[in-house]
Amino acid sequence: MSNEPTLLYTDVEGALRAGVRKLLDERCGLRGVLGCYDGDRSLVTGLWRGLNRELRLSALLVPEAHGGDGGSCREAAVVLEELGRVVAPVPFLTSAVVGTTALLASPAPAAAVLLSALAAGRRTVTLVVPLAAGPGAAAGLDIRVEAGELHGRVANVAGALEADVLLVPAARSGESVELWAVPAATAHIEPVSSLDMTRQLADVTLPGVPGELLAPAEAGRRAVGDALLTGAALLASEQLGLAQWCLDTTVDYVRLRRQFGRTIGSFQAVKHRLADLYVEVESMRAAARHAATACGGASGGASAESAVAASVAQAFCGTAAVHVAEEAIQLHGGIGMTWEHQLHLYLKRAKADQIAFGTPGSHHDELARLVALPPPV
Amino acid sequence: MDELPNDLRVRVGRLLAEHDPATTGRQEFLGARFDEGLAWVHFPPGAGGLALPYEFQPEVDRLLASAGAPENDMRRNGIGLGMAAPTILRFGTPAQVQRFLRPIWTGEEVWCQLFSEPGAGSDLAAVATRAVRDGDGWVVNGQKVWTSSAHNARWGILLARTDPDVPKHQGLTYFVCDMTAPGIEVRPLRQLTGEAEFNEVFLTDVRIPDEHRLGGEGQGWAVASATLNNERVAIGGRADARESGMIGVAARTWRERPDLRTAELHGKLLRLWVESEVLRLAGARLRQKLAAGQPGPEGAALKVTFARLAQQLTGWELELLGAEGLRYGEWPMVRPSSVDLTGRDAGYRYLRARGNSIEGGTSEILRTIVAERILGLPAEPRPDKGVPWKDLAR
Repeated sequence: MSNEPTLLYTDVEGALRAGVRKLLDERCGLRGVLGCYDGDRSLVTGLWRGLNRELRLSALLVPEAHGGDGGSCREAAVVLEELGRVVAPVPFLTSAVVGTTALLASPAPAAAVLLSALAAGRRTVTLVVPLAAGPGAAAGLDIRVEAGELHGRVANVAGALEADVLLVPAARSGESVELWAVPAATAHIEPVSSLDMTRQLADVTLPGVPGELLAPAEAGRRAVGDALLTGAALLASEQLGLAQWCLDTTVDYVRLRRQFGRTIGSFQAVKHRLADLYVEVESMRAAARHAATACGGASGGASAESAVAASVAQAFCGTAAVHVAEEAIQLHGGIGMTWEHQLHLYLKRAKADQIAFGTPGSHHDELARLVALPPPV
Repeated sequence: MDELPNDLRVRVGRLLAEHDPATTGRQEFLGARFDEGLAWVHFPPGAGGLALPYEFQPEVDRLLASAGAPENDMRRNGIGLGMAAPTILRFGTPAQVQRFLRPIWTGEEVWCQLFSEPGAGSDLAAVATRAVRDGDGWVVNGQKVWTSSAHNARWGILLARTDPDVPKHQGLTYFVCDMTAPGIEVRPLRQLTGEAEFNEVFLTDVRIPDEHRLGGEGQGWAVASATLNNERVAIGGRADARESGMIGVAARTWRERPDLRTAELHGKLLRLWVESEVLRLAGARLRQKLAAGQPGPEGAALKVTFARLAQQLTGWELELLGAEGLRYGEWPMVRPSSVDLTGRDAGYRYLRARGNSIEGGTSEILRTIVAERILGLPAEPRPDKGVPWKDLAR
C-alpha cells in the first residue's frame, strides 16, 4: 500500500458535510443572503449561532485539551465547501480557521483561554490583517505597540464586523511582529461597502487601546504566518464549493432552457464549455484536498509540503473559481445578469476570493522561490 | 491505509529469493513474477494476479523496483499492457486469457491496435473493414491506419464489421488478429516529426479462427469502448512524482539556462507548473477512485488537460530556447520501436505533442464524452442514428 494520503472524502467527512448542508439548506435562504447587499445583515448572527450551537463549527479545529473537537483541516475544508456552496455570510474561515490557527501557535495563557471560549461558541475572533494578505505578506507593520497600547489602522479586514475579540499583529520596533488580543468594542470598526457583501470588510482603527499579549516577537510572526497559510490552503475548498454550485446550476439550466427547438445543452458549443468547467472543478478538488491534507490541523502542525500545496491551490483555484462563475453567467444568458438570480453572489465571492490570502500572482512568486524556478536576473 | 497483507509480502520475498534480479534474465523474471500473481494483483489467480484490491499494486511495484527487478516496458508494448490485457481479461474466454496475458506481461509478444480507418477516425463505429464468416473462422478485408507498433507486433486487436445491415454500432465484432498471417501488409506512415511511428495496415483475405473472436458477434462496440477507456487512462493519468513528464523537462531547461530567461516566459512557466502539479494531483485522485481495472469516463477529462499542457509546455520550451529552437536534430525516416514523448530534442517534442490531442480520442470527442456521460447533457441530433450501416452516406 502506498503512503500517499487519500485525496478522496472519508465517511466521517461525508457525515460532517451532510450535517452542515442540512442546516444551511434550512436556514441560509437566498433572501437572507441577498439582504447583506441591502443593509440587512440579520441572517448573519442567528445562522452563525446555530452553526456553533448545533454543529460546534467553532470548536472543530480547537484541540480536545481546550474543550474543542480536535478536528483536521480536511474536515474544516469540507465545511468550507458547503459554506461556499451557499455563499454563507458567516465568519467560519476568519474565526474558526484563521483566528484559531493563530491562537494555536500562540504560547501565552491568554491564547488558551480564548481557544476554550471559541470551543464553547462564546467568542468569535478575527486576525486583523487585510483580506488580501497572503502567507508571505509582511503583516503587522501597520499597528505599533507603545507602552502596552496599540495604535494604528488596518484597512479591508474580513471578519471584524462579526468578531468580539480582535487578534492584532503589531510591531514594537523594527519588523518584529507580536500578536495581541483586543476587545472589539474598544476599536473603531468602520464597515466597508465591499465587492462581496457576503464577506463584508471593515477598516479597523486602534486609537491607543490596551490588549493582552498572545505571542511575543518570533512566535507572533510564526502565528500570523501559520494562520495566513492555513487560510490560503482552506480557502481553496470554499472556492471549490462555489464553483461546484455554479457548474451544477448551469448544467441544470442548459438541460431545461430551449431555443431553436432544442435544449441549449445539446449544442456542442455549450457542451464543450461545460466539459471544460467540469475538468476545472475536478482539478480544483484535487488541489484543494491536497492543500487541506498537507496543512494538518489541531492534531499536527504544518508539514513541509504545506506551503507549496497552499500556493498551488490558491494559484489554481482562485482563478478557476472566477472562470467557472463567469462562464455560469454567460451560459445563463440574460437571466445571469439579473439581481434576482443568485449567480452574481457567486461571481462576487469568487472574485473577492481570488484576491484574498494572496493573489494568484503573489502565489506564483512564492512558488518560484519554494520550488526553485527563479525569475530572470 | 492497510499494510500489505502478509501473504503478498511472502510472495514478493519468495519471487526475489528464487529469481535473483541480478542474475535472472528479464523475460524470465517477468514470467516468474506473472506466475507468482504479482503482475496485476487485481487480476484473478492464473492470469497474473491474486484477485486482491488494485490498491496493493503500487506497493508491490515499489518493493520489486527497490530490489532491482526489471520492469516491463510500457513504451514498447503500451497497447498490449494498457489496452489488450484488461480487455482480454474482461471479455476473453479462459483459453484466450491463458494464451495471451503472460506473453503480453513479459514483453515477449508486442500488440498493436487495428481500430482507426481512413473513413473512421473520431467516428470509430463507422469502420468498414469487413469480416465474413467462412466455416469455423472469418475472412477479413479492409484497411487500417495510425497503427503504432504494427511493424513489431505479433498480435493486433481488430474491430471489424460483421453485419452491414444493422445500425453501425450493432454490426461490429472484436477480434485478435495474428499479425504474421498471410494477407497482412504493413506500410510505414511517415509523420510530421519525420519518422514513422505509425503504419497503414492492409488486410487482404486474412483468415482469423473463431476462437480469436473477443466477445460476442455484434458486441464489438462494447468491447472497443472498454479498450478505449483503458487507453485514456494509460495516456492521461500516468504522472506520479512532482515534475515528472513534460514539466520536468521544461523546469530543468529553465534552471540550467539562466541566460535564456525572460519575465514573460517566467510567468508562463509558473502557470504551467501549477497546472501540471494540479493535473498530477488529479491523476493521483483518479487512481485512488478507480476500482480494479475498470476506468470510467473520468479518464477522458484528464487526457484533455494532459494534451493541452504537453502542447503548451513544448511550445514554451522552443520559445525559451530562441535561436537554438530553430535547429532541429535531423529528419531521418526511421521506424521506432517505442515512443518517448519527453525524450529527444525540443523540436521533436514540440512536433510530437501535436498528436496528444488527436491520438486516443481527440480532445473534442473527449469533451463530448465528459458532457454526455458525466454531466448528463443530451446528445446532438444524429442523422446516422438507427440507420443500417450500408445505407449511411460515406
